[in-house]
Amino acid sequence: MSTAAADAALPRPARRRDSALRRFMRHRLAVFGTVVIGLLALACAVGPYLLPFSDTEIDIMQRFAPPFSGAHLLGTDPLGRDILARILMAGRISLSVGFAAMAISMVIGIAVGLVAGYYGGWLGTVLMRFVDAMLCFPSIFLLLAVSSLIGPAVGSIILLIAVTSWMEVARIVEAQIRALKARDFAVAAEALGASDARVMTRELLPNAIAPIVVAATLNVAHAILAESYISFLGYGIQPPTPSWGNMLDNAQSYLTSAPWLAIFPGAAITLAVTSFNFIGDGLRDALDPRMGGR
Amino acid sequence: MDGMVTGDPALLEVRDLRKWFAGPRPGPFRPRAKVHAVDGVSFDIRRGEVLSLVGESGSGKSTVGRTVLRLARPDGGSIRFGGTDITGLSRDALRPFRRRMQLVFQDPYASLNPKMTVEEIVGAPLAIHEPSTSAAERRRRVEEALSLVGLLPSHITRYPHEFSGGQRQRLGIARALILRPELLIADEPVSALDVSVQAQVVNLMLDLKERLGLTILFISHDLAVVGHISDRIAVMYLGRLVEVAPTQALFATPRHPYTEALLSAVPIPDPTVRRERIVLVGDVPSPLNPPSGCRFRTRCRYALPACAEAPPALREVAPGHFKACIRDDIALASPTSVAA
Amino acid sequence: MPDLPMPLDTRPALLAEDEVLSVRDLSIAFHTPAGALPAVRDVSFTLRRGETLALVGESGSGKSVTSLGILRLTPRAPFCRITGQVLLRGHDGRVRDLVSLPEDEMRDVRGRDAAMVFQEPMTSLNPVHRVGDQVAEAIRFHEGLGRRAALTKAAELLELVGIPDPRRRLSSYPHEMSGGMRQRVMIAMALSCEPQLLIADEPTTALDVTIQAQILDLLRRLQERTRMAVIFITHNLGVVAEIADRVMVMYSGRVVEQAPVRPLFGAPLMPYTRGLLRSVPRLDMAGRERERLQAIPGAVPDPLAPPPGCSFAPRCGHFEPGLCDAAVPGLDLARPEHLVRCVRWPELARNAA
Repeated sequence: MSTAAADAALPRPARRRDSALRRFMRHRLAVFGTVVIGLLALACAVGPYLLPFSDTEIDIMQRFAPPFSGAHLLGTDPLGRDILARILMAGRISLSVGFAAMAISMVIGIAVGLVAGYYGGWLGTVLMRFVDAMLCFPSIFLLLAVSSLIGPAVGSIILLIAVTSWMEVARIVEAQIRALKARDFAVAAEALGASDARVMTRELLPNAIAPIVVAATLNVAHAILAESYISFLGYGIQPPTPSWGNMLDNAQSYLTSAPWLAIFPGAAITLAVTSFNFIGDGLRDALDPRMGGR
Repeated sequence: MDGMVTGDPALLEVRDLRKWFAGPRPGPFRPRAKVHAVDGVSFDIRRGEVLSLVGESGSGKSTVGRTVLRLARPDGGSIRFGGTDITGLSRDALRPFRRRMQLVFQDPYASLNPKMTVEEIVGAPLAIHEPSTSAAERRRRVEEALSLVGLLPSHITRYPHEFSGGQRQRLGIARALILRPELLIADEPVSALDVSVQAQVVNLMLDLKERLGLTILFISHDLAVVGHISDRIAVMYLGRLVEVAPTQALFATPRHPYTEALLSAVPIPDPTVRRERIVLVGDVPSPLNPPSGCRFRTRCRYALPACAEAPPALREVAPGHFKACIRDDIALASPTSVAA
Repeated sequence: MPDLPMPLDTRPALLAEDEVLSVRDLSIAFHTPAGALPAVRDVSFTLRRGETLALVGESGSGKSVTSLGILRLTPRAPFCRITGQVLLRGHDGRVRDLVSLPEDEMRDVRGRDAAMVFQEPMTSLNPVHRVGDQVAEAIRFHEGLGRRAALTKAAELLELVGIPDPRRRLSSYPHEMSGGMRQRVMIAMALSCEPQLLIADEPTTALDVTIQAQILDLLRRLQERTRMAVIFITHNLGVVAEIADRVMVMYSGRVVEQAPVRPLFGAPLMPYTRGLLRSVPRLDMAGRERERLQAIPGAVPDPLAPPPGCSFAPRCGHFEPGLCDAAVPGLDLARPEHLVRCVRWPELARNAA
């Protein structure tokens, strides 16, 4: 046993590897995106309490006030409501719709992908063909048709977006699990007599977390965009509750006379969506195990 | 569990084991071809014995190991462990047997979950089989298992990537031994390691065998390592056993032409030893369409027309020495006889 | 004391008549976020026509990087720095220094003057092209033959490396061949332009022993025919004993011992070489007595945090504090053609005798 003890006496120092956080911080656009989303969320959360105007306060005397000219920083809309206040309130709706839809779609996608990837066989085939079928369906029409049927409300919009956006996640998880399942450590757990649930949740899922996190980020961006689409088309969040999408809808008729009605909510959507995409890219680089040695 | 088993010394009895995999479809609507990875393998392992299963890639040696552990369902034959037939047991019924037979893997990098600490990895068998174990007790037993394989108890909070290849293989062995199993199946446990580290792990396994009275099924392609560690050796070729013999007998007097060729192909690390080398022609035939009769006959220099007729049975030609070859009239060379 | 260490003499600037390759003070360092990682340090050796030099070492010893560095197949400049000299005699008899050669001339050297065979033939062959086209491509690139002529020559080469029915095999894809056949194809490609130097990087490690025997036989036969010089990289000491004329043992980036094959196996001077030889289970000793293998304790050092002095010191049974960890020992010419990097070798050789 002397050799064994000597081996133990020489513990290898931990590899000085870059942490995921440091790699993420090196990704400038991702850091920018994180800051933007942070500020946006903060502004939406506390901003409305600080502003002198509420988002529903109608001021007929101040209709179509241009931005940067008077008391209304970003101008007013056809009813004289403050654009900034409306954008911040709409942000609350849009961002929460985005996050909530993402959370639900992740739960569905991970569950389907995990089961399909782990069990494979006919069950896996059926589940993944169902995923393919869902992907073939033009989700925007589904969204519009169903929301016109069940009547638009924030809860149903969230559910609808989630139900049409979990398929990518399911595919990613399925592919990951299928590859991981064949790795020796998963076989080792099985040889020990571990239950399916334990192998799936303790052994496999933690190793697939990186692509899942990336997909989650991109899913938020997708959900915000989807909510904007359907609200813009009038089937989403209903006035007077503001959302970035229905603000754009209202601005349509005044594009030439009062362009700021469209520019500010449009900018908010672009900013939020691109920021989430940047964060997703940064996370992908930061969490990719190939980037940081073993 | 059983207490003393005196009547039956064999811990593992494998009879006529068969395992096939689905091959390609010959046509779009035809059934899949069957690849016979293991085709009628029988052997026993006595308690406290090290039996090695040797063969080249495609011989089916690893499939035998995994089928014995019931990680793959056998398609024929029977597996008896400690006197109980485990061939058809359900997952739940298998669980008590799982803790009595453990597996050590070839790749020390792939077989440890990179997201878990040493405590979680080595303690996983406890969490599964003795979930009521307290955290303190679990920690104590993990530390004990670590020192058993020559690692420090302080390594308990580390992750696999902080260890060298040899140390990881020790972790894999610690995980396999924490429940004190009776049978250890080691699937090429040293093939991925550097030469100097390989010797450490071979020595460790021999130590543990003596200290814990382990029974080991050692699966390997490396005859030199196998010759060092085993009591008996079983040679496989294309899914079948061709020769089974005590280690010394196999090296001194190989009885099967494939064993002879295999032994002569292993290079000996001594430039002064010059041997006549038997170079086998061609490759191992495809298991999709194996030769009739003796599967080795297409590459055998002693093959006769009769070899194509029926698969030769494994028969005892000397005490404890079995071979599956119809030719008894040939004298085969051995590496030890040349060096002596 | 007859065994006094002698300093290495400085060699003449050009290659001797029968020498094909001379590597002088070759160092290769990789640039990593954690700092410069010296993978190979001060490697020097020469290789004569028809000679086989085995490069032996464990993972991280730098043996593969050395071979890649000779052909400048390591990553380009900012990521990897190569210093020293690699003098190679080309097919035209001219001697070039490969370290300073422009990239376009280097391309002409690779494959034509010096070729390489890798461990995993599946990843070195392109899976989407037919084997014949890949072999013919190498010939056309260097010799400017037409497609038809190149294919004819490819078939001859496949026959030379012992592939049955070579004409038909030209139209096979790599995945349709076995590992041994693919390695034969790789060797055929390497030999297509009759190089002066063949570098074989663990060419038989991924193969079964019976196939390994075939490939070793093939390489030996081809070498007798073409008189090419071979650098054979392996960790398998049995293969070394069988194929090498001279052996160079590397440990954590440095050559620690170099000698003709018989003295190296018969009377190794460096404790690491000795330990390595003793830790290998031997087939011809198998089953005789069940004594423990003599393992070398510990593991190879972290290249980013090497121990002071001799890099083998922490694992060495003859470690002497204050002596072995004081400075990196020099490479001594212990006996004719036998170099060793160990401060204690004269003492240890005397004790062993």
